[in-house]
Amino acid sequence: MQIRHKIAGGDFTRAGNIASAVKKVLQQLNIDHKQSKRIVIALYEGEVNVVAHAYSGVVDIDIDSEKVRITIADKGPGIADIEKAMEEGYSTATPQVREMGFGAGMGLSNMKKNSDFMNISSVPGEGTKVELINYIKPDAD
Amino acid sequence: MTIRDITGLIDGKVICCEDRLSSSVEYAFASDLMSDVLTVEKENILLITGLTNLQVIRTSEMSDISCVIFARDKKVGDEMIRLAEENNIILVESPYTVFHVSGELYKAGLKPIY
Repeated sequence: MQIRHKIAGGDFTRAGNIASAVKKVLQQLNIDHKQSKRIVIALYEGEVNVVAHAYSGVVDIDIDSEKVRITIADKGPGIADIEKAMEEGYSTATPQVREMGFGAGMGLSNMKKNSDFMNISSVPGEGTKVELINYIKPDAD
Repeated sequence: MTIRDITGLIDGKVICCEDRLSSSVEYAFASDLMSDVLTVEKENILLITGLTNLQVIRTSEMSDISCVIFARDKKVGDEMIRLAEENNIILVESPYTVFHVSGELYKAGLKPIY
């Protein structure tokens, strides 16, 4: 199953719409609850990142019998130092983002925690691409 | 502890999902930082916050939080109520501070997440 969604940068009212839709799909597919929660949290953090930092983004969700693969690609300022951006507490978020309850420098590290595989590539001045993979098995109960 | 009992302890006004007041929670977490809420792994949690925006509801949805208490008499917006209804999240407004709400619920037996 392949799903594609677009994200508009700066639009906080819609941040989370994609994660919400994917959560419902994973429930219908009877994916293990713990893994499903990790997937939607990682995706939600990714959506918030695009809204907070980029101009626009595209999310591709690819679900097969073994894994959920999510790719979040944005057009935006990019990340000059990915290692630094991964550090907990490091943030370049604006005061507006902080007022929404984010921007504490925890997003990327929480995405890593909630995925089985994460890869970030970025070109400063062009954009950032985050790839997330979570392995799934049908819910035991 | 049931949400009905919790609401009584904090002089709470139920804004959404009154039909679910007999459901119960075991843990509570107090934060205005949604990034922190998103790191909580426990289930069966109630959130106490002073932040009122749509992302509080979205964060609760992703984190499987079934009830949010808004402290300091903060008012919940219509769009927040709509989203909470869609996701069966109980919303309660309390005139008490986050500290006061937390104190009452801790005293009554709700557990911290660690």
